[in-house]
Amino acid sequence: MTDMTLSAPEPRKRRSNWQLLMANRLAAAGLFLFGFIVILAVLAPVLPLPNPDITDQPNRLLPPFADGHLLGTDHLGRDILSRLIWGTQVSLIVGVSATALAAIFGSLIGLVAGYARGATDSVLMRFVDMLMAFPYILLAIAIVAALGPGLLNALYAIAIVNIPFFARNIRGVTVSIRNREFVDAARLSGKSHPAILFTEVLPNVLPVIVITMSTTVGWMILETAGLSFLGLGAQPPTSDLGSMLGQARAQLFTAPHASIIPGIMIFVLVMCINLLGDGIRDVLDPRLRSGALDRPMPITKIDRKTKPAATLEDAPALVVDNLSTGFDDGKAITPAVRDISFRLGKGECLGLIGESGSGKSVTALSLMGLVASPPGVITAGGVYVGGREVLSLREQELIGLRGGRVAYVFQDPLTTLHPLFRVGEQIAEAILVHESVGKSEAHRRAVELMETVGIRDARSRASAYPHELSGGQRQRIGIAMALANDPDIIIADEPTTALDVTVQARILELLQNLRRERGLALLLITHDFGVVAQVCDRVAVMKNGEIVEQGETGAVLRDPQHDYTKRLIACVPELGEGQAFLDRVRPLFVEART
Amino acid sequence: MSDNAVEMRDLVKTFGGGRSLFGRRASEVHAVKGISLDLQRGETLGIVGESGSGKSTLARMLVGLEAPTSGTMQIDGKPWAELAATGSRAFGRTIQYVFQDPVASLNPRKTIGEILDVPLRLLCGYDAGKRASRKKELVDAVQMPLDTLERFPHEFSGGQAQRIAIARALAAEARILVLDEPVSALDVSVQAQVLLLLQQLRDDLGLSYLFISHDLAVVESISDRVAVMYLGEVVEIGPAARLFAAPQHDYTKALIASAPRLTSPDIA
Amino acid sequence: MTAYIGKRLLAAIPVILGLSIIVFLVMKLIPGDPAQALLGSYATPDNVERINRALGLDRSWPEQYVIWIGNLLQGDFGRSYILNRPVIDEVLDRFSATLILAGASLLICSVLGILAGIVSAVRQFGWTDRIVTFFVLIGISMPAFFLGLVLILLFAVQWRLLPASGMYAVYGGGDLPDLLRHLILPAGTLAIVATGVVARLTRAAMLEVLRQDFIRTARAKGLSENAVIYRHAFRAALVSIIPVIGIQTGFVLGGAVYIETVFQWPGLGQMLVKAVSTRDLLLVQGGVLVAATLYVLVNLLADVAQAMLDPRLKA
Repeated sequence: MTDMTLSAPEPRKRRSNWQLLMANRLAAAGLFLFGFIVILAVLAPVLPLPNPDITDQPNRLLPPFADGHLLGTDHLGRDILSRLIWGTQVSLIVGVSATALAAIFGSLIGLVAGYARGATDSVLMRFVDMLMAFPYILLAIAIVAALGPGLLNALYAIAIVNIPFFARNIRGVTVSIRNREFVDAARLSGKSHPAILFTEVLPNVLPVIVITMSTTVGWMILETAGLSFLGLGAQPPTSDLGSMLGQARAQLFTAPHASIIPGIMIFVLVMCINLLGDGIRDVLDPRLRSGALDRPMPITKIDRKTKPAATLEDAPALVVDNLSTGFDDGKAITPAVRDISFRLGKGECLGLIGESGSGKSVTALSLMGLVASPPGVITAGGVYVGGREVLSLREQELIGLRGGRVAYVFQDPLTTLHPLFRVGEQIAEAILVHESVGKSEAHRRAVELMETVGIRDARSRASAYPHELSGGQRQRIGIAMALANDPDIIIADEPTTALDVTVQARILELLQNLRRERGLALLLITHDFGVVAQVCDRVAVMKNGEIVEQGETGAVLRDPQHDYTKRLIACVPELGEGQAFLDRVRPLFVEART
Repeated sequence: MSDNAVEMRDLVKTFGGGRSLFGRRASEVHAVKGISLDLQRGETLGIVGESGSGKSTLARMLVGLEAPTSGTMQIDGKPWAELAATGSRAFGRTIQYVFQDPVASLNPRKTIGEILDVPLRLLCGYDAGKRASRKKELVDAVQMPLDTLERFPHEFSGGQAQRIAIARALAAEARILVLDEPVSALDVSVQAQVLLLLQQLRDDLGLSYLFISHDLAVVESISDRVAVMYLGEVVEIGPAARLFAAPQHDYTKALIASAPRLTSPDIA
Repeated sequence: MTAYIGKRLLAAIPVILGLSIIVFLVMKLIPGDPAQALLGSYATPDNVERINRALGLDRSWPEQYVIWIGNLLQGDFGRSYILNRPVIDEVLDRFSATLILAGASLLICSVLGILAGIVSAVRQFGWTDRIVTFFVLIGISMPAFFLGLVLILLFAVQWRLLPASGMYAVYGGGDLPDLLRHLILPAGTLAIVATGVVARLTRAAMLEVLRQDFIRTARAKGLSENAVIYRHAFRAALVSIIPVIGIQTGFVLGGAVYIETVFQWPGLGQMLVKAVSTRDLLLVQGGVLVAATLYVLVNLLADVAQAMLDPRLKA
C-alpha cells in the first residue's frame, strides 16, 4: 500500500489554513455570525441601549416590537434586547475563560503525563480518571454547592470538570509523539527533557489543543448557561443568557417570548461556534484534509472513454490490456498507472517489480476494482479473466469473481485479517460467500485448508484470533483464505515484505508448491529482485506507473534492456559480493553528484 | 586507553518483570542476554538479526536511550555509567545515532536549519556565525543542496531525509555512529547511494560504525566484521568475508540459505 | 471471561474510593465553619455539636475521612436537616425516577444514534448524510433546558397532547401507560444531545474502519457490500462505539439535572438542585456519590461488553 499513499495526488500549491477554512461555507457562515455576535457583545457599553437593570413595573412583559422595546420587556419591565446583549457578553466571557482554564491545566497535565510516562503518568492519569468517573455536570454541582452559587464559582466548576477531557486527549497525542524518533534524536542532540517537551513535542500537540478547544467552547457556554438557568451561576443583578432564561421560566405560559429569546440566542451562539469548530478541526486534521476518511465504494470507479471488447479469443488466465488508473482530487485526475499490459498463463508466475510509487500495488488492486474510490478511478483499458472483460461486468458479477476465480494475498497479515473474528471463521466465510454449503462443512474445509498451508494443529488453531498467531502463521492464514475457492489466479501483493527472511523463504516455498500442484496463475508484486529471481517465470519492471520492460526472469536479470532496469539490478547487493558491491555501484552515481 | 571505540561486557537488558498492582509478576522479556562485543576504532561492525533478536535494544543502550539491566560498556574510553551520570550531552558528544525511519526522526514542524542548529549549539557550543558555516559544511558533506536548510522535512524524499539525519548525527562531531537499519526504509537505488555516502564519510572523517540491519547483503557490503544476533545473543562473529563464505553456526547458515538471491542456483 | 470481569470489578473499587475522596475534598472547600454551613439555618449549638461529633470535625483530615467513609459503608449518609429525614432514604426514593428517565434516554440515544451514524457513514456526502449531520448539529448545539421549555409550550400548552410535568397524573394515574405518557417529553429531550454525539462518533468510527486493510480483504473475498458494512465494519466500529455510550451515561445522568427541573420529574437531579439552593450539603454529597457509583458500574459494564467483542483487550 505504500506506493498508493506516496503517489496519491498532492496539491501543487497548498492553500493556507485560512483559505481552506473560508472554502468551507458552513464554517465561514459560523465565523461571520459568531464575529457579529462578538462585536455586538463587545460594543454593548457604547450601543444606544437602555440600562439592562432598570425595572419598569407598569411596562412588564411587553411583547416584542413594543414601542421603545424591540424585543419586549421581562417580568420586571427590563428591556430584553439590552439584557440579551449584555447577557451574551457575560456568557461569552465565562465560556471562553472556562475553556482557557481547562485547556491550560488539562493540556499541561496531559503533556507531562504523556511525556514522563511511568509513575508520574499513572498518578496524574488516575487522578484524571477519578474526575472523569463523575457524571459530567454532577461534579460541577457539588463544587458549586460547596463554594456557594455564583458566576465565578460556576466558571471554576465547569473548568475543573473539563480538565480531564483535555488531559486525556492531549496525553494520547503526546504519547504517540513521544514515541516518534525525532524525540530521541533531540535528546541525542543535547536537549533537556523540559526543552524537548516544550520545543519539540508541544508544537506538534498544539493543533490538537486548538481542535479540542474549538470543539468544546460551545459546550462550555452551554454548561455555564445551564448552571445559571438552575440558579447556581450568575446571581442578580448580574445575568447571563442562562439566568435570563431561568428567571423567565415562571412566565413561560403567559409571556413565552421572555424565555424563547434568550434560549434562541444560546442556541445560535453555540451553533455558530460548533460550525466554526468543525471547520477548524477539518482544516487542522491532516487526515480529513487528504480525504483519508472518505468512504470507499464497493468497486473502484470506472470511467473509461472507450469500452474494450467484451471477450478475448484464446486468452490465457489473465490478460491486462492498456490499463490506466488515476486518483481524482476533485479537480483533475492524476494518473498512477498508465497503459499497463501483460498476460499471465495457467501455472505461470509473473513478478511485478518496482520501487515505491511505481504503481505496482495500484495495478494489482485495479484488476478486481479494489482501489479505494474516492479517489481511485480506472480511466482506460480492460482486464480479462478467462477471456472475459471483468471491469465491464455488473457490480454483483465482479464481486462474485473476487475470492472465487481471482484471489488476493496482501502484505501485512496483521492489518489485513479482521482482528475480531477467529481465523477459522474468516476462512470459512470465504467459502460460504461462494458456495452454498453448511457452516460445519465450511469449517471442516477451513481446517483442511489450514493443514494444506502447513499450519500444525490446525483444528485448534482455527479458533485463534489473528493477534494470537505469529507473522508467518498469519500469512499462511491469508494464503489459506485465498485458496478457499480453488481460484485460477492469485494476486499476491508484497506477501513477504513484513516477514523475516527465514519466514519469507518458507512462505515463498509454499506459494511455489501450491502453484505447481494446483496450476495457479500467480501475480507476485514485490520490490525485491531476490524474490523475483527465486519465484517468478517472467518479470515486468514498473517505473512511474508504466511497465518499462518485461520478459523471462533469467533474461531480464542477466541482460536488462532498459536503463532503469539496468540501474535497479545493479543496485542490488549480492550476498558474497562483500565490499566489492560499493566499488561496483560507485560509478553509477558519479554523474548524479554534479 | 584501549584501541576500541566501544567495549561491551556481559550486557543484559530485561524488560518488564515488575510487580503489578496485585502483586503478580508481569512477564519478563529478555531482550539482550549477556553480550560482549568490541567495536574497534575506524571499523564498521555489522550486526545482523531478525525481529526480536535484540539488535535495536543493544543500539539504544549504547547511546543512553535505554539503561542496561546489568553489564558494563566503555564508549570512546569512557565508562557508560559515567556518561549517563553526566547527562545526555556527554553521550551526544561521544556517540551518535541514525534512525531507521528518516522521516519520523525529523520534527515535522522545524526547518532543517533549526534541526541542525541544536547539536551545534548544545553539544559543540558554537556561536551563531560558526554554526551557520558548519551547517553549510554539513549539508554539503551529505551531498544536499544549500537551500535544504530553509526547508521542512516533508519536502524531502526518504533518501534525502536520511542524508539530513546523517548530517545531524555528524553535527555533534562524535566519532562513533550507531546506524540502526539506516537503509531499510529506502528503495534499492537510494539504498546504494546512502551506503556509498556512509562509506565515504567514514573514510574521510575516520568514524567508527555500528551498522545494524536485517539485510545480510547490505551488512556485508559495508562491514569489516559482522556479528549475528539471535534471541538476544551473539551466536557468531567474524570478518565479513569469512562469515558469509563459511558460516559456523546453524542459525547463520539458515539465514544465509533463506536470503533471496539474484543468481539463484536452481530456479526450478 | 469471568476472570476478566473479576479483575474489572476489583479495579472499580479504587475508583469508587477515589470518588469518595474527591467528594470529601470538595466538601472541604466550604468556606467558614463546616458544621455551620452543613446545618445552615438549623445550626443550633446542639446540632453543631452533634455534627462535629458525627463527622469528627475536630480531628485530622485523614481521620475524618475514615470516620466518614465508615459511616457511608454502614448506609449512614447523614441527615438532611431541611427535609428532616436521613439522606439515604431521600436519595433512594428518588433514585428509581432518575433511573427510568436516564435509562429511557440512553436506550433512545444508543439505538437512534447508532442507526443514524451508520446510515450517514454509508451514504457519506449524500442527502441522508447531510440531513443527519444537520440534525446532529442542532442536537449538540441545543441547550436541553431550553428545548424542554419549547416542547412543553408546543406539546402540552399548544396542542395539549402530552403532560407538561411530573411522573404520574395527580388524579387517577399511576399505571404504566400513564408513566410512559409522562416519560416521552423528558426522555426525548434528554436523549437529543446524546443522540447527536453518538451519531457523530458512530459515523466517524465507521468511516475510520471502512478505510482499514481488513475491509479490503473482506471485499477481496467477494463479500457483498452489506456483509462488508454490517458484519465486518460495524463489528469493528462497535468496539469504539461502546465506550462512547458508557460516557453518554454520564452526560445523560448530568443532563437529568436540567430535565428533571424543567419537567418537575421527581428524581435525583431535581433533588440536587433544590439541595444546592438550600445548601443542604449532606444531601448533595449523598446524591452525587450514588449517581457517580452508578456511573462507574455502567462504565464497568461497557468495559466488559467491549472486551467480549474484542479479544485483544482481554489480555
